Amino acid sequence: MSEPRQGLKYLDKEVNIDDKLYLNRWKPDQQSHLVIKDQSVCAEKCSEKSCTVFCPARVYEWRDGRIAVGYEGCLECGACRIACPHDNIEWCYPRGGHGVQFRLA
Amino acid sequence: MPEKFDAIVVGAGVAGLAAAYKLAKAGLSVVVIERGDYPGAKNVMGGVLYRAMLEELIPEFWKEAPLQRPVVEQRFWLMDEDSVVTTGYKGQSWAEEPYNCFTVFRGQFDQWFARKCTEAGALIINETTVESCIVENGKVVGIRTTRPDGDLYANVVVLADGVNSLLAKELGFHKEWQPQQVALAVMEVLKLPAQVIEERFNLESGMGTTIEIFGSGTLGMVGTSFIYTNKEHISVGVGALLSQMRERQIRPYDLLENLKNHPMVRPLVRKSEPVEYYAHLIPEGGYNAIPKMVGDGVVVVGDAAQLVNSIHREGSNLAMTSGKLAAEAILRAYEIGEFNERALSHYQEKLWDSFVISDLKKYKDTAELFENRPQYFNQYIPAANMALREMLTVDGTSKSDKQKLVAQKFLGGRSMYSMAKDIYRAWKAVK
Repeated sequence: MSEPRQGLKYLDKEVNIDDKLYLNRWKPDQQSHLVIKDQSVCAEKCSEKSCTVFCPARVYEWRDGRIAVGYEGCLECGACRIACPHDNIEWCYPRGGHGVQFRLA
Repeated sequence: MPEKFDAIVVGAGVAGLAAAYKLAKAGLSVVVIERGDYPGAKNVMGGVLYRAMLEELIPEFWKEAPLQRPVVEQRFWLMDEDSVVTTGYKGQSWAEEPYNCFTVFRGQFDQWFARKCTEAGALIINETTVESCIVENGKVVGIRTTRPDGDLYANVVVLADGVNSLLAKELGFHKEWQPQQVALAVMEVLKLPAQVIEERFNLESGMGTTIEIFGSGTLGMVGTSFIYTNKEHISVGVGALLSQMRERQIRPYDLLENLKNHPMVRPLVRKSEPVEYYAHLIPEGGYNAIPKMVGDGVVVVGDAAQLVNSIHREGSNLAMTSGKLAAEAILRAYEIGEFNERALSHYQEKLWDSFVISDLKKYKDTAELFENRPQYFNQYIPAANMALREMLTVDGTSKSDKQKLVAQKFLGGRSMYSMAKDIYRAWKAVK
Protein backbone atom coordinates (compact mmCIF):
# COMPACT_ATOMS: atom_id res chain seq x y z
CA MET A 1 0.00 0.00 0.00
CA SER A 2 1.48 3.34 -1.02
CA GLU A 3 1.42 6.46 1.10
CA PRO A 4 -0.61 9.50 0.09
CA ARG A 5 1.21 11.71 -2.40
CA GLN A 6 2.87 14.92 -1.40
CA GLY A 7 2.34 18.27 -3.10
CA LEU A 8 0.46 19.66 -0.13
CA LYS A 9 2.86 22.49 0.56
CA TYR A 10 0.87 24.10 3.34
CA LEU A 11 -0.12 21.02 5.27
CA ASP A 12 1.93 21.66 8.39
CA LYS A 13 0.67 18.77 10.50
CA GLU A 14 -1.19 15.52 10.02
CA VAL A 15 -4.93 16.06 9.92
CA ASN A 16 -6.82 14.18 12.61
CA ILE A 17 -10.04 13.25 10.83
CA ASP A 18 -11.74 12.50 14.16
CA ASP A 19 -11.45 16.20 15.07
CA LYS A 20 -13.56 16.98 12.00
CA LEU A 21 -16.05 14.16 12.45
CA TYR A 22 -16.63 15.15 16.10
CA LEU A 23 -18.08 18.42 14.84
CA ASN A 24 -21.06 16.63 13.32
CA ARG A 25 -24.20 15.16 14.84
CA TRP A 26 -24.46 11.39 14.47
CA LYS A 27 -27.15 8.80 14.98
CA PRO A 28 -25.29 5.57 14.29
CA ASP A 29 -27.25 2.46 13.40
CA GLN A 30 -26.54 -0.92 14.98
CA GLN A 31 -25.78 -2.45 11.60
CA SER A 32 -23.40 -1.31 8.88
CA HIS A 33 -24.75 0.08 5.62
CA LEU A 34 -21.31 -0.53 4.05
CA VAL A 35 -20.17 -4.09 3.39
CA ILE A 36 -16.98 -5.35 1.78
CA LYS A 37 -18.27 -7.97 -0.64
CA ASP A 38 -15.16 -10.15 -0.55
CA GLN A 39 -12.23 -9.40 1.78
CA SER A 40 -9.96 -11.71 -0.23
CA VAL A 41 -10.26 -9.32 -3.19
CA CYS A 42 -8.87 -6.50 -1.00
CA ALA A 43 -6.11 -8.75 0.32
CA GLU A 44 -5.04 -10.38 -2.93
CA LYS A 45 -6.12 -8.27 -5.86
CA CYS A 46 -6.00 -4.68 -4.61
CA SER A 47 -2.50 -3.27 -4.22
CA GLU A 48 -3.50 0.41 -3.86
CA LYS A 49 -6.30 0.12 -1.30
CA SER A 50 -7.22 3.60 -2.46
CA CYS A 51 -10.44 3.62 -0.39
CA THR A 52 -8.21 4.08 2.67
CA VAL A 53 -6.96 7.33 1.10
CA PHE A 54 -9.78 9.00 -0.83
CA CYS A 55 -12.62 8.35 1.66
CA PRO A 56 -13.28 11.81 3.16
CA ALA A 57 -14.25 10.29 6.52
CA ARG A 58 -11.47 7.70 6.63
CA VAL A 59 -14.05 4.98 7.06
CA TYR A 60 -11.76 2.33 5.60
CA GLU A 61 -8.52 1.17 7.23
CA TRP A 62 -6.24 -1.71 6.35
CA ARG A 63 -5.72 -3.61 9.63
CA ASP A 64 -4.54 -7.15 10.31
CA GLY A 65 -4.86 -8.25 6.72
CA ARG A 66 -8.36 -6.97 6.11
CA ILE A 67 -10.27 -3.77 5.45
CA ALA A 68 -11.92 -2.49 8.62
CA VAL A 69 -15.11 -0.49 7.99
CA GLY A 70 -15.89 2.32 10.44
CA TYR A 71 -19.35 2.92 9.01
CA GLU A 72 -20.39 5.01 12.05
CA GLY A 73 -18.42 8.01 10.74
CA CYS A 74 -19.59 7.70 7.12
CA LEU A 75 -20.58 11.02 5.51
CA GLU A 76 -22.73 9.10 2.99
CA CYS A 77 -21.13 10.68 -0.09
CA GLY A 78 -20.93 7.48 -2.17
CA ALA A 79 -17.35 7.95 -3.40
CA CYS A 80 -16.19 4.49 -2.28
CA ARG A 81 -18.96 2.69 -4.15
CA ILE A 82 -18.05 4.44 -7.41
CA ALA A 83 -14.26 4.49 -7.05
CA CYS A 84 -13.50 1.07 -5.58
CA PRO A 85 -11.38 -0.32 -8.42
CA HIS A 86 -12.81 -3.81 -7.87
CA ASP A 87 -16.45 -2.83 -7.33
CA ASN A 88 -16.11 -4.60 -4.00
CA ILE A 89 -18.24 -2.38 -1.74
CA GLU A 90 -21.91 -3.02 -1.19
CA TRP A 91 -23.30 0.42 -0.45
CA CYS A 92 -26.72 1.58 0.61
CA TYR A 93 -28.02 4.49 2.64
CA PRO A 94 -28.34 3.97 6.39
CA ARG A 95 -31.85 3.14 7.56
CA GLY A 96 -34.12 6.14 7.96
CA GLY A 97 -33.19 8.50 10.78
CA HIS A 98 -29.69 7.08 11.14
CA GLY A 99 -26.26 8.28 10.15
CA VAL A 100 -24.98 11.84 9.94
CA GLN A 101 -27.53 14.63 10.48
CA PHE A 102 -26.24 17.95 9.13
CA ARG A 103 -27.47 21.10 10.86
CA LEU A 104 -26.07 23.85 8.62
CA ALA A 105 -24.95 23.68 4.98
CA MET B 1 -55.40 -2.03 1.47
CA PRO B 2 -52.08 -0.19 1.13
CA GLU B 3 -52.14 3.56 1.03
CA LYS B 4 -52.15 5.12 -2.43
CA PHE B 5 -51.19 8.67 -3.38
CA ASP B 6 -51.37 10.62 -6.60
CA ALA B 7 -47.60 11.11 -6.47
CA ILE B 8 -44.66 10.00 -4.34
CA VAL B 9 -41.51 12.12 -4.24
CA VAL B 10 -38.33 10.38 -3.07
CA GLY B 11 -36.01 12.89 -1.43
CA ALA B 12 -36.68 16.28 0.18
CA GLY B 13 -34.01 18.24 -1.64
CA VAL B 14 -34.82 21.26 -3.75
CA ALA B 15 -35.71 19.21 -6.87
CA GLY B 16 -38.12 16.97 -4.97
CA LEU B 17 -39.62 19.81 -2.96
CA ALA B 18 -40.14 21.94 -6.07
CA ALA B 19 -42.07 19.05 -7.64
CA ALA B 20 -44.03 18.37 -4.45
CA TYR B 21 -44.94 22.03 -3.98
CA LYS B 22 -46.27 22.39 -7.50
CA LEU B 23 -48.25 19.13 -7.34
CA ALA B 24 -49.73 19.87 -3.91
CA LYS B 25 -50.71 23.40 -4.97
CA ALA B 26 -52.62 21.86 -7.87
CA GLY B 27 -54.55 19.71 -5.40
CA LEU B 28 -52.89 16.32 -5.88
CA SER B 29 -52.19 14.07 -2.91
CA VAL B 30 -48.41 14.07 -2.58
CA VAL B 31 -46.09 12.38 -0.13
CA VAL B 32 -42.38 13.23 0.16
CA ILE B 33 -40.12 10.54 1.65
CA GLU B 34 -36.97 11.85 3.33
CA ARG B 35 -34.29 9.67 4.93
CA GLY B 36 -32.88 12.37 7.24
CA ASP B 37 -34.29 13.45 10.59
CA TYR B 38 -35.61 16.50 8.77
CA PRO B 39 -35.38 17.88 5.22
CA GLY B 40 -31.83 19.15 4.73
CA ALA B 41 -30.24 16.79 7.27
CA LYS B 42 -28.60 14.86 4.41
CA ASN B 43 -28.34 17.66 1.88
CA VAL B 44 -25.03 19.31 1.16
CA MET B 45 -24.41 22.30 -1.10
CA GLY B 46 -21.60 24.84 -1.31
CA GLY B 47 -24.27 27.32 -0.63
CA VAL B 48 -25.46 29.38 -3.59
CA LEU B 49 -29.19 29.42 -4.31
CA TYR B 50 -30.39 31.40 -7.34
CA ARG B 51 -33.45 33.54 -6.98
CA ALA B 52 -35.15 33.28 -10.39
CA MET B 53 -36.15 29.62 -10.39
CA LEU B 54 -37.57 29.55 -6.88
CA GLU B 55 -39.42 32.79 -7.46
CA GLU B 56 -41.39 31.11 -10.23
CA LEU B 57 -42.79 28.84 -7.52
CA ILE B 58 -42.88 31.14 -4.49
CA PRO B 59 -42.95 34.85 -5.34
CA GLU B 60 -40.83 37.04 -3.08
CA PHE B 61 -39.67 34.03 -1.08
CA TRP B 62 -36.68 36.04 0.21
CA LYS B 63 -39.00 37.92 2.52
CA GLU B 64 -39.67 34.80 4.57
CA ALA B 65 -37.13 32.07 3.74
CA PRO B 66 -34.12 31.50 6.00
CA LEU B 67 -31.31 32.83 3.78
CA GLN B 68 -27.77 33.76 4.70
CA ARG B 69 -26.57 36.69 2.55
CA PRO B 70 -27.53 38.10 -0.86
CA VAL B 71 -24.44 37.68 -3.06
CA VAL B 72 -23.32 41.11 -4.29
CA GLU B 73 -19.92 40.04 -5.54
CA GLN B 74 -18.53 36.99 -7.31
CA ARG B 75 -14.76 36.74 -7.35
CA PHE B 76 -12.70 34.39 -9.48
CA TRP B 77 -9.17 33.44 -8.51
CA LEU B 78 -6.50 31.79 -10.61
CA MET B 79 -4.31 30.56 -7.80
CA ASP B 80 -0.74 29.34 -7.96
CA GLU B 81 1.37 27.95 -5.14
CA ASP B 82 2.00 31.28 -3.45
CA SER B 83 0.18 33.86 -5.54
CA VAL B 84 -3.14 34.60 -7.17
CA VAL B 85 -4.52 36.42 -10.22
CA THR B 86 -7.94 37.80 -9.39
CA THR B 87 -10.97 39.02 -11.25
CA GLY B 88 -14.68 39.22 -10.53
CA TYR B 89 -17.80 41.33 -10.56
CA LYS B 90 -19.53 43.35 -7.88
CA GLY B 91 -22.77 45.18 -8.52
CA GLN B 92 -25.24 47.22 -6.53
CA SER B 93 -28.19 45.73 -8.42
CA TRP B 94 -27.41 42.39 -6.76
CA ALA B 95 -27.79 44.08 -3.37
CA GLU B 96 -31.37 45.06 -4.09
CA GLU B 97 -34.62 43.24 -4.74
CA PRO B 98 -35.18 40.96 -6.49
CA TYR B 99 -31.51 39.91 -6.00
CA ASN B 100 -29.54 37.44 -8.13
CA CYS B 101 -28.63 34.73 -5.63
CA PHE B 102 -28.15 34.04 -1.95
CA THR B 103 -25.93 31.92 0.22
CA VAL B 104 -28.06 29.48 2.20
CA PHE B 105 -27.68 26.68 4.72
CA ARG B 106 -29.60 23.76 3.31
CA GLY B 107 -30.15 22.35 6.79
CA GLN B 108 -32.34 25.37 7.45
CA PHE B 109 -33.58 26.31 4.00
CA ASP B 110 -34.89 22.85 3.08
CA GLN B 111 -36.92 22.69 6.30
CA TRP B 112 -38.58 25.95 5.35
CA PHE B 113 -39.23 24.78 1.78
CA ALA B 114 -40.70 21.53 3.14
CA ARG B 115 -42.98 23.56 5.43
CA LYS B 116 -44.23 25.46 2.40
CA CYS B 117 -45.03 22.10 0.79
CA THR B 118 -46.88 20.98 3.91
CA GLU B 119 -48.89 24.21 3.89
CA ALA B 120 -49.73 23.51 0.26
CA GLY B 121 -51.08 20.11 1.30
CA ALA B 122 -48.16 17.71 0.81
CA LEU B 123 -47.24 15.12 3.42
CA ILE B 124 -43.56 14.94 4.43
CA ILE B 125 -42.38 11.69 6.00
CA ASN B 126 -38.91 11.96 7.57
CA GLU B 127 -36.54 9.29 8.87
CA THR B 128 -37.52 6.92 6.09
CA THR B 129 -35.18 5.44 3.51
CA VAL B 130 -36.55 4.14 0.23
CA GLU B 131 -35.06 0.74 -0.62
CA SER B 132 -36.46 0.26 -4.09
CA CYS B 133 -39.23 1.06 -6.49
CA ILE B 134 -42.10 -1.40 -6.69
CA VAL B 135 -42.40 -2.44 -10.33
CA GLU B 136 -45.39 -4.31 -11.75
CA ASN B 137 -45.50 -5.31 -15.42
CA GLY B 138 -42.65 -2.94 -16.20
CA LYS B 139 -44.44 -0.01 -14.58
CA VAL B 140 -43.34 1.74 -11.39
CA VAL B 141 -46.35 1.63 -9.06
CA GLY B 142 -44.83 2.57 -5.72
CA ILE B 143 -41.90 2.37 -3.36
CA ARG B 144 -40.59 0.05 -0.65
CA THR B 145 -39.20 1.76 2.45
CA THR B 146 -37.12 0.43 5.35
CA ARG B 147 -40.10 0.78 7.68
CA PRO B 148 -42.19 -2.29 8.58
CA ASP B 149 -45.22 -2.41 6.26
CA GLY B 150 -43.54 0.47 4.52
CA ASP B 151 -44.85 0.02 0.98
CA LEU B 152 -46.51 3.05 -0.58
CA TYR B 153 -48.29 3.25 -3.91
CA ALA B 154 -48.88 6.08 -6.39
CA ASN B 155 -49.63 6.75 -10.03
CA VAL B 156 -46.28 8.50 -10.42
CA VAL B 157 -43.00 8.30 -8.49
CA VAL B 158 -40.60 11.25 -8.72
CA LEU B 159 -37.01 10.13 -8.10
CA ALA B 160 -35.25 13.07 -6.46
CA ASP B 161 -32.85 10.93 -4.48
CA GLY B 162 -29.71 12.89 -5.26
CA VAL B 163 -26.41 12.33 -6.97
CA ASN B 164 -26.02 8.68 -6.01
CA SER B 165 -29.27 8.00 -7.85
CA LEU B 166 -29.50 4.41 -6.63
CA LEU B 167 -33.17 4.00 -7.54
CA ALA B 168 -32.84 5.05 -11.19
CA LYS B 169 -29.78 2.82 -11.44
CA GLU B 170 -31.76 -0.11 -10.10
CA LEU B 171 -34.45 0.56 -12.71
CA GLY B 172 -31.75 0.32 -15.38
CA PHE B 173 -32.00 4.01 -16.33
CA HIS B 174 -28.24 4.39 -16.01
CA LYS B 175 -25.18 2.38 -15.11
CA GLU B 176 -23.10 3.14 -12.04
CA TRP B 177 -21.45 6.55 -12.49
CA GLN B 178 -17.81 6.45 -13.49
CA PRO B 179 -15.25 8.11 -11.17
CA GLN B 180 -14.67 10.78 -13.84
CA GLN B 181 -18.41 11.61 -13.91
CA VAL B 182 -18.48 12.93 -10.34
CA ALA B 183 -16.41 15.31 -8.27
CA LEU B 184 -15.70 14.55 -4.64
CA ALA B 185 -16.01 17.72 -2.57
CA VAL B 186 -15.31 18.34 1.10
CA MET B 187 -16.27 21.46 2.98
CA GLU B 188 -16.18 23.03 6.41
CA VAL B 189 -18.40 25.68 7.87
CA LEU B 190 -16.30 28.02 9.99
CA LYS B 191 -17.72 30.40 12.58
CA LEU B 192 -16.73 34.08 12.45
CA PRO B 193 -18.50 37.21 13.76
CA ALA B 194 -20.59 38.99 11.09
CA GLN B 195 -18.59 42.17 11.46
CA VAL B 196 -15.30 40.35 10.89
CA ILE B 197 -16.71 38.72 7.75
CA GLU B 198 -17.84 42.09 6.44
CA GLU B 199 -14.47 43.70 7.08
CA ARG B 200 -12.45 40.85 5.61
CA PHE B 201 -14.56 40.56 2.50
CA ASN B 202 -15.17 44.27 2.05
CA LEU B 203 -18.95 44.03 2.39
CA GLU B 204 -21.82 46.25 3.45
CA SER B 205 -23.75 44.92 6.42
CA GLY B 206 -25.68 41.74 5.55
CA MET B 207 -24.28 41.41 2.01
CA GLY B 208 -22.26 38.44 0.78
CA THR B 209 -19.52 37.42 -1.59
CA THR B 210 -18.42 34.20 -3.27
CA ILE B 211 -14.91 33.27 -4.33
CA GLU B 212 -14.33 30.48 -6.86
CA ILE B 213 -10.71 29.36 -6.89
CA PHE B 214 -9.09 27.54 -9.82
CA GLY B 215 -5.59 26.09 -9.77
CA SER B 216 -3.48 25.13 -6.80
CA GLY B 217 -6.43 24.68 -4.43
CA THR B 218 -6.92 21.33 -6.17
CA LEU B 219 -3.18 20.84 -6.88
CA GLY B 220 -4.00 21.17 -10.57
CA MET B 221 -6.70 18.48 -10.53
CA VAL B 222 -9.89 19.27 -12.45
CA GLY B 223 -12.08 20.97 -9.89
CA THR B 224 -12.44 24.12 -7.84
CA SER B 225 -12.13 25.45 -4.35
CA PHE B 226 -14.45 28.05 -2.93
CA ILE B 227 -15.11 30.43 -0.07
CA TYR B 228 -18.66 31.64 0.53
CA THR B 229 -19.82 34.09 3.15
CA ASN B 230 -22.80 33.33 5.37
CA LYS B 231 -24.23 35.50 8.16
CA GLU B 232 -21.90 34.38 10.93
CA HIS B 233 -20.01 31.63 9.18
CA ILE B 234 -17.94 31.14 6.09
CA SER B 235 -18.01 27.96 4.02
CA VAL B 236 -14.68 26.74 2.67
CA GLY B 237 -14.51 23.77 0.37
CA VAL B 238 -12.62 21.99 -2.34
CA GLY B 239 -13.67 19.40 -4.89
CA ALA B 240 -12.02 17.53 -7.74
CA LEU B 241 -12.89 14.69 -10.08
CA LEU B 242 -13.08 11.49 -8.06
CA SER B 243 -10.99 9.73 -10.72
CA GLN B 244 -8.13 12.20 -10.22
CA MET B 245 -8.42 12.27 -6.45
CA ARG B 246 -8.03 8.48 -6.49
CA GLU B 247 -5.20 8.50 -8.99
CA ARG B 248 -3.22 11.21 -7.19
CA GLN B 249 -3.79 9.50 -3.81
CA ILE B 250 -4.92 12.64 -2.11
CA ARG B 251 -6.77 12.60 1.17
CA PRO B 252 -9.63 15.07 0.64
CA TYR B 253 -9.33 16.56 4.14
CA ASP B 254 -5.59 17.10 3.59
CA LEU B 255 -6.53 19.09 0.50
CA LEU B 256 -8.99 21.14 2.55
CA GLU B 257 -6.46 21.91 5.32
CA ASN B 258 -3.83 22.76 2.71
CA LEU B 259 -6.28 25.21 1.16
CA LYS B 260 -7.11 26.84 4.50
CA ASN B 261 -3.37 27.29 5.14
CA HIS B 262 -2.60 28.68 1.67
CA PRO B 263 -1.18 32.21 2.12
CA MET B 264 -3.88 33.65 -0.17
CA VAL B 265 -6.69 31.99 1.83
CA ARG B 266 -5.29 32.01 5.36
CA PRO B 267 -6.03 35.70 6.13
CA LEU B 268 -9.71 35.13 5.25
CA VAL B 269 -10.20 32.16 7.56
CA ARG B 270 -7.91 33.22 10.41
CA LYS B 271 -9.24 32.64 13.95
CA SER B 272 -12.40 31.02 12.69
CA GLU B 273 -13.81 27.99 14.43
CA PRO B 274 -14.88 24.88 12.48
CA VAL B 275 -18.43 23.86 13.34
CA GLU B 276 -19.38 21.25 10.75
CA TYR B 277 -17.61 19.05 8.19
CA TYR B 278 -19.16 17.69 4.98
CA ALA B 279 -18.43 15.48 2.02
CA HIS B 280 -20.54 15.21 -1.09
CA LEU B 281 -20.41 14.10 -4.69
CA ILE B 282 -21.22 16.59 -7.43
CA PRO B 283 -22.48 15.37 -10.81
CA GLU B 284 -19.88 16.38 -13.41
CA GLY B 285 -20.85 14.20 -16.36
CA GLY B 286 -22.90 16.99 -17.90
CA TYR B 287 -25.03 16.53 -20.98
CA ASN B 288 -23.34 13.30 -22.04
CA ALA B 289 -24.14 11.62 -18.71
CA ILE B 290 -27.85 12.46 -18.54
CA PRO B 291 -29.62 9.13 -17.96
CA LYS B 292 -33.00 7.95 -19.09
CA MET B 293 -35.29 10.28 -17.13
CA VAL B 294 -38.77 9.02 -17.83
CA GLY B 295 -40.36 5.59 -17.59
CA ASP B 296 -43.81 4.17 -17.01
CA GLY B 297 -44.98 5.79 -13.79
CA VAL B 298 -41.64 7.40 -12.98
CA VAL B 299 -39.52 10.51 -13.63
CA VAL B 300 -35.99 11.46 -12.49
CA VAL B 301 -35.09 15.03 -11.43
CA GLY B 302 -32.16 17.09 -10.11
CA ASP B 303 -28.77 15.62 -9.25
CA ALA B 304 -30.19 12.12 -9.73
CA ALA B 305 -30.37 13.00 -13.44
CA GLN B 306 -26.86 14.64 -13.42
CA LEU B 307 -28.41 18.09 -13.94
CA VAL B 308 -25.47 20.24 -12.83
CA ASN B 309 -23.71 22.97 -14.78
CA SER B 310 -20.29 22.67 -13.21
CA ILE B 311 -18.72 25.43 -15.31
CA HIS B 312 -21.04 27.93 -13.64
CA ARG B 313 -21.38 25.98 -10.35
CA GLU B 314 -25.14 25.93 -10.87
CA GLY B 315 -27.09 22.97 -9.55
CA SER B 316 -29.92 23.86 -7.21
CA ASN B 317 -31.53 26.05 -9.86
CA LEU B 318 -31.41 23.29 -12.47
CA ALA B 319 -32.80 20.94 -9.84
CA MET B 320 -35.74 23.21 -9.03
CA THR B 321 -36.55 23.80 -12.69
CA SER B 322 -36.47 20.07 -13.40
CA GLY B 323 -38.74 19.40 -10.41
CA LYS B 324 -41.18 22.06 -11.56
CA LEU B 325 -41.26 20.79 -15.14
CA ALA B 326 -41.71 17.20 -13.95
CA ALA B 327 -44.68 18.35 -11.88
CA GLU B 328 -46.20 20.13 -14.88
CA ALA B 329 -45.87 16.95 -16.92
CA ILE B 330 -47.50 14.93 -14.13
CA LEU B 331 -50.40 17.39 -13.97
CA ARG B 332 -50.82 17.03 -17.70
CA ALA B 333 -50.73 13.25 -17.35
CA TYR B 334 -53.58 13.56 -14.85
CA GLU B 335 -55.62 15.50 -17.38
CA ILE B 336 -55.32 12.72 -19.93
CA GLY B 337 -55.45 9.99 -17.28
CA GLU B 338 -52.35 8.15 -18.42
CA PHE B 339 -49.05 7.75 -16.59
CA ASN B 340 -47.01 5.76 -19.03
CA GLU B 341 -43.66 6.80 -20.42
CA ARG B 342 -45.23 8.49 -23.43
CA ALA B 343 -47.54 10.63 -21.31
CA LEU B 344 -44.76 11.62 -18.90
CA SER B 345 -42.22 12.33 -21.63
CA HIS B 346 -43.68 15.81 -21.76
CA TYR B 347 -41.28 16.47 -18.85
CA GLN B 348 -38.32 15.62 -21.03
CA GLU B 349 -39.58 17.77 -23.90
CA LYS B 350 -40.04 20.77 -21.62
CA LEU B 351 -36.63 20.24 -20.06
CA TRP B 352 -35.00 20.10 -23.48
CA ASP B 353 -36.70 23.40 -24.37
CA SER B 354 -35.43 25.05 -21.18
CA PHE B 355 -32.15 26.66 -20.15
CA VAL B 356 -31.30 23.47 -18.26
CA ILE B 357 -30.50 21.28 -21.25
CA SER B 358 -29.45 24.23 -23.39
CA ASP B 359 -26.72 25.12 -20.88
CA LEU B 360 -25.63 21.54 -20.34
CA LYS B 361 -25.38 21.05 -24.11
CA LYS B 362 -23.33 24.20 -24.48
CA TYR B 363 -20.66 22.86 -22.12
CA LYS B 364 -20.97 19.17 -22.95
CA ASP B 365 -17.32 18.78 -24.00
CA THR B 366 -15.67 20.80 -21.24
CA ALA B 367 -15.38 18.03 -18.64
CA GLU B 368 -13.56 15.74 -21.03
CA LEU B 369 -11.40 18.56 -22.35
CA PHE B 370 -10.11 19.59 -18.93
CA GLU B 371 -9.67 16.01 -17.82
CA ASN B 372 -7.64 15.00 -20.86
CA ARG B 373 -5.62 18.22 -21.04
CA PRO B 374 -4.33 19.03 -17.55
CA GLN B 375 -2.30 21.95 -18.93
CA TYR B 376 -5.30 24.26 -18.55
CA PHE B 377 -5.11 23.87 -14.78
CA ASN B 378 -1.49 23.05 -14.05
CA GLN B 379 0.33 25.03 -16.72
CA TYR B 380 -1.68 28.03 -17.87
CA ILE B 381 -2.76 29.11 -14.38
CA PRO B 382 0.84 29.20 -13.05
CA ALA B 383 1.83 30.93 -16.30
CA ALA B 384 -0.79 33.64 -15.80
CA ASN B 385 0.54 34.21 -12.28
CA MET B 386 4.09 34.34 -13.55
CA ALA B 387 3.15 36.75 -16.34
CA LEU B 388 1.69 39.30 -13.96
CA ARG B 389 4.46 38.82 -11.42
CA GLU B 390 7.13 39.40 -14.07
CA MET B 391 5.46 42.36 -15.74
CA LEU B 392 4.70 44.05 -12.41
CA THR B 393 7.97 43.31 -10.59
CA VAL B 394 10.48 46.08 -11.30
CA ASP B 395 14.01 44.69 -11.18
CA GLY B 396 15.92 46.26 -14.05
CA THR B 397 15.09 43.53 -16.60
CA SER B 398 13.62 45.03 -19.79
CA LYS B 399 9.96 44.45 -20.50
CA SER B 400 10.83 42.72 -23.80
CA ASP B 401 13.03 40.21 -22.00
CA LYS B 402 10.29 39.63 -19.46
CA GLN B 403 7.79 39.07 -22.24
CA LYS B 404 10.04 36.39 -23.69
CA LEU B 405 10.19 34.64 -20.30
CA VAL B 406 6.42 34.79 -19.99
CA ALA B 407 5.94 33.37 -23.48
CA GLN B 408 8.26 30.47 -22.64
CA LYS B 409 6.35 29.75 -19.45
CA PHE B 410 3.03 29.66 -21.30
CA LEU B 411 4.44 27.32 -23.92
CA GLY B 412 6.07 25.06 -21.32
CA GLY B 413 8.43 23.57 -23.90
CA ARG B 414 5.70 22.97 -26.45
CA SER B 415 5.16 24.69 -29.77
CA MET B 416 3.21 27.86 -30.37
CA TYR B 417 0.98 25.71 -32.57
CA SER B 418 -0.01 23.38 -29.70
CA MET B 419 -0.89 26.33 -27.48
CA ALA B 420 -2.96 27.85 -30.27
CA LYS B 421 -4.77 24.53 -30.50
CA ASP B 422 -5.46 24.60 -26.74
CA ILE B 423 -6.93 28.08 -27.04
CA TYR B 424 -9.05 26.97 -29.98
CA ARG B 425 -10.22 23.83 -28.11
CA ALA B 426 -11.18 25.84 -25.04
CA TRP B 427 -13.05 28.37 -27.15
CA LYS B 428 -14.85 25.62 -29.01
CA ALA B 429 -15.83 23.86 -25.78
CA VAL B 430 -17.47 26.96 -24.29
CA LYS B 431 -18.70 28.82 -27.38
